[in-house]
Amino acid sequence: MCRIGAIKSRNYTHPSSALHLMQSQQKGHDNSGFAMVMQDLGGIFEQHKHLPTLSMAATDEGIKIAEDILHDLGFSCKFLWAPETDPQPGLDINAMPNYTFESYEYPKPYRNASQREKEDLLLDTRLQLRAALEDEEKGFIYSFWPDMVTLKEIGDPRDIGTYFNLWEPNDRFTAKVITAQCRQNTNYDIVRYAAHPFFMQGYTALANGENTFYLKNKEFQQGLHRGYIGFESDSQCFLYTLHYIHRELGWPLHYYKHVVTPLPFEEIEQREDKKQLLAIRQSLAHLEINGPNTIIGLLPDNTMFTCCDAKKLRPVVIGRDEDTVVISSEVCGINEILPDRDWEGDIYPNEREVIMINDDLEVQRWKQ
Amino acid sequence: METMKVNHVTANDLPWKVLYDAGRCTMCGSCVATCSFRAIEAKVERRRMVFSEGNFPEPKQRFSAIPVIRQARSIANYCRGCGMCEKVCPNDAIKPARNADTRHPILTRCLGGDSIKRGGRKNLEGSTRTLDKIRVGRISQMTDPSLDAQRHTFDLLAPFGRILPPKKLPFSSDMDQQLQPTANTPPVNWIYPVIIGDMSIGALSWRMWEAVAMATAYLNEECGLPVRMCSGEGGVPGRLLKSKYLKYMILQIASGHFGWNRIAKAMPHMIEDPAGILIKIGQGAKPGDGGLLMAQKVAEHIQSIRGVPKADLLSPPNHQGLYSIEESVQKMFLSFNAAFKFRVPVAIKVAASATSVSVFNNLVRDPYNIVGGFFLDGIDGGTGAAHEVSLDHTGHPIVSKLRDCYLAAVTQGRQGQIPLWAAGGLGKTGDLAADAFKMIGLGANGVFTGKLILQMAGCVGNDMGRCNACNTGLCPAGITTQEPALAHRLDPERVAQNIVNYFLAMDTEFKKLMAPIGNSSLPVGRSDALISTDQSVADRLQIQHVC
Repeated sequence: MCRIGAIKSRNYTHPSSALHLMQSQQKGHDNSGFAMVMQDLGGIFEQHKHLPTLSMAATDEGIKIAEDILHDLGFSCKFLWAPETDPQPGLDINAMPNYTFESYEYPKPYRNASQREKEDLLLDTRLQLRAALEDEEKGFIYSFWPDMVTLKEIGDPRDIGTYFNLWEPNDRFTAKVITAQCRQNTNYDIVRYAAHPFFMQGYTALANGENTFYLKNKEFQQGLHRGYIGFESDSQCFLYTLHYIHRELGWPLHYYKHVVTPLPFEEIEQREDKKQLLAIRQSLAHLEINGPNTIIGLLPDNTMFTCCDAKKLRPVVIGRDEDTVVISSEVCGINEILPDRDWEGDIYPNEREVIMINDDLEVQRWKQ
Repeated sequence: METMKVNHVTANDLPWKVLYDAGRCTMCGSCVATCSFRAIEAKVERRRMVFSEGNFPEPKQRFSAIPVIRQARSIANYCRGCGMCEKVCPNDAIKPARNADTRHPILTRCLGGDSIKRGGRKNLEGSTRTLDKIRVGRISQMTDPSLDAQRHTFDLLAPFGRILPPKKLPFSSDMDQQLQPTANTPPVNWIYPVIIGDMSIGALSWRMWEAVAMATAYLNEECGLPVRMCSGEGGVPGRLLKSKYLKYMILQIASGHFGWNRIAKAMPHMIEDPAGILIKIGQGAKPGDGGLLMAQKVAEHIQSIRGVPKADLLSPPNHQGLYSIEESVQKMFLSFNAAFKFRVPVAIKVAASATSVSVFNNLVRDPYNIVGGFFLDGIDGGTGAAHEVSLDHTGHPIVSKLRDCYLAAVTQGRQGQIPLWAAGGLGKTGDLAADAFKMIGLGANGVFTGKLILQMAGCVGNDMGRCNACNTGLCPAGITTQEPALAHRLDPERVAQNIVNYFLAMDTEFKKLMAPIGNSSLPVGRSDALISTDQSVADRLQIQHVC
C-alpha cells in the first residue's frame, strides 16, 4: 500500500521533514523504498537555480557514459554534489555505487534559445541518457531539470535516510517543495524508475492507489508523446496525463480532474459547459482513471494540487500553518511536522474537488 | 398400394422426422392447423386387425380406415423441426425428431436445380465459441477494491459518432480559465452499449417490428436505458418518422435504398433527429451479398413503404457507383451528414473480413472526421434470407477481427476515434451481457444484436437446423412473416415486455461484471481484465493465458 506526502513552504525545508512525514505513516506503507523530489531549491543549489540539474544514480561506468554524452552535446558542468553516504553494516538499502547531482550550463547554441526549445532539449537529453545507461543497469537518470533534484532508492526508508544522512537537518540541502513516497513498486517488478514521485518537464506527480485503466492509459499515452515511456508503474500514467492536459493541450489545471475522473453522464447533461465536458470525456476516454486513487501533483510554477478518485476510496488530508502546507495520506503525518497547527482547518477533500496551493500558499478548493 | 421408386422423397430423406403416436392422438387437428409449413397432414390409413372371439383360436381379420397425422414427403413442404405441433398437442402425441440420416442438402439441390435458401445463422457447429474460452479473470481485491453492483453507480454508455483526437478539439481558454468552443465538432450520441440490430420491416412482421420499437421506446422513456434500434433497410412507418420516438431510431440505408424515398420525404416533417444513420455495406451472415426479401414476404404494406411491386427484392451486393472507400467517404457520408445538417452521426456497417483492418484504417485516417462508427458484423450473425452456401461458408469470425481493428487503432493512437461496434453471434448462448462485456474488453465500444431479439420474441430457430425458415414468410412464431394469420400469433405487448425484461436483466449483469474488476465506466480495451485457458486464443487476442 502506498502513502504519499508533500510539503510546500515559504521557508527552505530539509528532507528530514519529509522522512518524518512519511515515517509516522509507516504502518500504512510497506517500507520498501524511499523516493522524493525537491523543487525550488535552497542551500548549495540556490545559486544554480537557473541551471538544469541532473539527478543520477549510477555505476562508475554509467557516470562516465552520461558525462561523455552531456559533454558531446555541449553541456558544461558548473556544479557537482555527490551526497556523502554512511554505509553502516546492516542497513536495508539496495544502494547504487554513486549518487550525483550535477548542474549544467546549456550548450552554447541553446543559451539564447526559447524556453520551449530548452525544455525539449532537456527532455531529449534525459531520454538519451536513460537509454544509454539502461543496459546492465549502469545507471538511472531520474531528472534533468532546473531547480529540482530527485532521489530514489530501494530499501527501508529509515535506513535510506541514514545512508544519505538525511535525518539530521541542515541548511545545505533544502527546498521549498518536497514530495515523497515510501514504497517501491510491488505491483510489478522492483525497478527504481517505478517509484513515484515521477517528474517530466516541470510536472511532478505521485499517487496512492491503483489505476485499473492502466492498460488503456498506457496504450493511449504511448502514442501521444515521445517522453511517455517506461510505464514501470501504473501511477506514471497520472503524470503523463497531467503533462498532456496542461502542457501539450494547454488547458487549465481543473480540466485534469474532468479527464481523470469525468463526471457521470447524467451530471454532465445538467451543466452549462456540457459540450466541452462531453467532448473531453469522448476524446480523452482512454486517460480516465478508474480505481481508487489520490494524486498529488506539481506544475512548473510550483503550484501544488491534490485530488482523489470519484468514489473517494483513497482519502487525503491537507493541513497548514502560516508558512507551510502539508498534504498527506494520513493525518498523523501532518501531526508529526505541524503539531501546533489549527487542525480544525484541515481539509479532507471530497471526491469531486481539486485542492490547489499556489506559490503564496493560498489554498483554493475547486469543485469539479 | 403406392408404388415407390428409390428416388421418391420419403420421410427418411428429410432433416426432421415427425414422430406420431396414433394411440394418444384425439384427432383434434391442432397440429395440422398450426403447422405453417404444411409439413403434416391428416390422412386415412388402412389398418388390419386379426382377432379371435371364441375359446379356441379362430383368427379372423378386420380392415378399418382410421384417420392419422402423417408427415408430408416433399422438399417443398418438409418439416423444419419448429415443434409447433408438439407445442399445441394436448396429448403429447406428436413431435419432430432430428434425422441424422437426412439427404436434404443433396436432394434439394438435385430436385430444385437452385441453391438452398434459408434464414437464421451459420449451422455448422464444430467447436466451442471463442468467447466461451475467455473469462473475466482480473478481480479487484484488497487495495483495489471491487465495487458494489447494487450500491455504486455505473456509466453504461457508449459513443455513436466521430470523436476528435484531443489536439483537434476546437477549444480555447477564456479569461476565467474556462474552455470555450471555437468551432463545431462532429455529433456524438452516448447510447446504451447494446443496439438492437438492423432488421427491416419486411424481414420482420409488422407486429414484430412494432414490438421492438415499443420495447425501445419503453426502455428509454420508462427505464432510463438509452437503447437505440436500427431500422434495417426497408423504411420506417411514416407515423414513426414524424413522431418524437424517431430519436431512438438509427435509420439504415443499404444498397437497395429501400424505403429511403419515404424517409427523405418525411424529413421536413420530422420533429426529432434520428439517433444516427447506418450505411450498410455488408452483413456478417452473408458477406458480399445484398439483402434478400423473397416475393412471398412482400405484402401490400411492404410494397407501399418501399415503393415496389410484389417481387423478390434483392439489394445489390454493392452500393452502385461506390468505387472505393474514399469515394464512399466523400459521397455517402457527406451527403448524409449534410442531409441532417451535421447533427446526426453517420456510421458504416461492414461484414468482418480478412480486409477489415484496411477498411478501418482508411476510415480512421480520413481527414474529414465524418465516419461516426465502424459496425463490424461476424460470420455468426443472423439473416432473414440468404443462400445457405453463403451462410455456412463465407464470412469471418468477429472476435479476432474486432480485436485487430482495435489494436490497429492503438498502434496509431487513434483508439476510440471511430467507435467500434461488434456483432455476429453475440448472445448465441443466451448470455449477451457476458459476450458483450468480453468484446468491450477486447476493444469494442458496444455491440449490436438481432437474432437474439427474435429469440426473446419466441423464435424457436437455432443453429442446428431447427426452423430457419425466415425466408419463406411462414414463420410459425409470427416474427418473420407477413401472413396476417401467422403474424397475429405474435402478441406485440408480450414481446415488448420480454425484450424490456431481458435488457433490464442484462443491465444488472453488466454491473455484476464491472463491479468485480473495479470499474464504474465501460472498460473499453481493458484486455488485461480478460484471460483464456486456450493458448492460441490468448496469443491471438493478446490476453493472458492461464491454466
